[in-house]
Amino acid sequence: MIAAPKPDLVTVNIDGVDIAVPKGTNVIEAAKQLQKDVPHYCYHPKLTVAGNCRMCMVEMGMPAVDPATKAPVIDAATGKQKINWIPRPQIGCGTTVAPGMHIKTSSPMVKDAREGVMEFLLVNHPLDCPICDQAGECKLQEQATGYGRGYSRFIEEKNVKPKRTQLGPRVTLDDERCILCSRCVRFSKEIAKDDVLGFVDRGSYSTLTCHPGKKLENNYSLNTVDICPVGALTSTDFRFKMRVWFLKQTNTIDIESSVGVNAVIWSREGVIYRLTPRRNDEVNDTWMADSGRLLYKQVAAARRLSAVTLHGSASSLDTAISSAAELLKSGSIAVVGSGRASVEEQFLLKKLAGQLGVKASLVARTAQGDKLLISADRNPNVRGALVTGLISALPAAQLTQLAADIDDGKVKTVLTHGEDLAAAGLSAAQLAKVNIIYLGTHADATSAAAKVVLPTLHTFEKAGTFVNQQFRIQKFAAAVPGPQGTSNDLVVLAKLLAALGADATASDVHGLWSTLSASVPALATMLYKNIPETGLLLDSTPWAGLPFVEGESLKYKPAALAVA
Amino acid sequence: MAVVTVERKPLSFLERTYLPNIAAGLATTFKRMVQPAETLEYPEQRPAIPAGYRGVPTLVYDPNGREKCVSCQLCEFVCPPKAIRITPGEIAHDDANAHVEKRPEEFKIDMLRCIYCGLCQEVCPEEAIWLQNQYSMTGYTREEMVNDKKRLYELGGTLPDAHHKWDKKKAAEEAAAHGGAHH
Repeated sequence: MIAAPKPDLVTVNIDGVDIAVPKGTNVIEAAKQLQKDVPHYCYHPKLTVAGNCRMCMVEMGMPAVDPATKAPVIDAATGKQKINWIPRPQIGCGTTVAPGMHIKTSSPMVKDAREGVMEFLLVNHPLDCPICDQAGECKLQEQATGYGRGYSRFIEEKNVKPKRTQLGPRVTLDDERCILCSRCVRFSKEIAKDDVLGFVDRGSYSTLTCHPGKKLENNYSLNTVDICPVGALTSTDFRFKMRVWFLKQTNTIDIESSVGVNAVIWSREGVIYRLTPRRNDEVNDTWMADSGRLLYKQVAAARRLSAVTLHGSASSLDTAISSAAELLKSGSIAVVGSGRASVEEQFLLKKLAGQLGVKASLVARTAQGDKLLISADRNPNVRGALVTGLISALPAAQLTQLAADIDDGKVKTVLTHGEDLAAAGLSAAQLAKVNIIYLGTHADATSAAAKVVLPTLHTFEKAGTFVNQQFRIQKFAAAVPGPQGTSNDLVVLAKLLAALGADATASDVHGLWSTLSASVPALATMLYKNIPETGLLLDSTPWAGLPFVEGESLKYKPAALAVA
Repeated sequence: MAVVTVERKPLSFLERTYLPNIAAGLATTFKRMVQPAETLEYPEQRPAIPAGYRGVPTLVYDPNGREKCVSCQLCEFVCPPKAIRITPGEIAHDDANAHVEKRPEEFKIDMLRCIYCGLCQEVCPEEAIWLQNQYSMTGYTREEMVNDKKRLYELGGTLPDAHHKWDKKKAAEEAAAHGGAHH
């Protein structure tokens, strides 16, 4: 018997199993909770339901009641209420659960319907899997193994459509592969709010195209490539670069802004090939901006630092560290941290600043937010610096105080962790006046002027955590090893600390977290390994009064707006 | 264990002369001199290669001189000793074979790793990689033992197949461009 449901739950019976799901859930999502796969192409959990691919067919029935008395009709053979099965299959995506609804997801009729849909979808399919970038993650390939015929009964000539249409600067369309599911059309309209895509012509001539005179060039265009269930929309950057089955997936966090979009790095043998979004319903749903995806190119950039230098000539790490320590011991120090560094690095830098008896400053990076997944704060981890206590007030974009101190001769040595001081408002004369110790990944004006250059790792090459605009701590893992000559930031910072006579600290993320959770109140009782992949929300009340620059975005409301 | 002492049998007079054994030995020698040879004078003489022999893997052209490989990398995936390395690339838009879209930019088979299993040939959806009859690969350095794309096509040559799969595709595309054979 079906148990009495909670007020907001609806109990349905799927393949003989009762399950209570929230009101308004559709059959695909309800079946997913029972680990029953209902194949689908056009349905996407974050888009409106279109119901045009007809792949998610299920059999549906409702408990029978007497039309006149409304009394349940009992089946004499089983002693249970009779189920009136609808004689034809229904689409799972467009069917919302109703109390007592019965669903069959794998009956012979359902299988028959799906096989029919598959056969029609494959009628004009070019079957160019060997050259198709989607191969390996293609829904058509996947469903063809379950519902495919294995041979074609279609003896007529297949449709010929354009194979290489540039829809925009980053998206290439192969029209022959398109199954007209309209996910990309709905995404552009509903999420990107840039309604440029649509279908023209009818029947088998139907073609996906851009509105005349427009291009698919918004900063979210590559999401259409992600959600394309077949190989119709492909990324121009990733096109023909590598087959996906060779690529190792590593979870990471987008570094372009404080939204902290969850992402996946796809790499093979130490080379990163692409970045795609990872679903996190609390942060980015399943989306990611195009600009963040291209940041993997920083890793193998030509101006990447890969040699430890001391006064401009090559040196060993330990020699450089001890020289840096000598400079730091001589006093008149300034420490510049980074909002791009991980929580762990900021924690060690705070220890270092504490050992030297100075306060660190940060460099703010702000630009217009796009109200979606790029916030106004273009540093991914300013809040991490607040949490660890590296800074207590929000940073400014220009290091005016430091510049004044250098001019006054109050500062003789600057230790900068990944920040280009020239970009932060220091003149070349000011850079030349002080001894600079530079921990960073890329060559810039600061590294050129630095007395000691210690090459460190890019975010994609190391593990750590970021605290995003919601004060959600999210972890990222190392996808590829760093180039030869670079060292982990944590190792460099720990060595510097040791050279300055501080207590020994762990220089790996896991080892450091026991110290971190003991000394940072907001992170007490947490461990790196215990942070879930979707992140953990921290208590933000200690910083509630700070004038954060972020405006409203997809899953974030600024405190002022939230109150109002 | 008990030790059993066996007395050595004394040799007969004839045996002591060794002559019967010498005669038997010479008989064998002279018999072999006139019999046809059973060994090959390798490397001047080479054995006949049976059908289905699995020698060096190579790449082949189709009868029109188009390289058949589309760099799908299935051989690279299936290769048990990981001897194959492919760098995929796009065919330029002004190329005669632009309709094929994809070809290998570089294709390397490390013959020090290859175990001649033939899985690459079996898995190839384009029938572009074939194991040839050649079995003896030599070189002075490790680099020499890695066959690059140029060498692979030199070894492979042209496959006289009659599928013309991509030619049909091109013909259909051209027909469609001129109003279409379709419908």
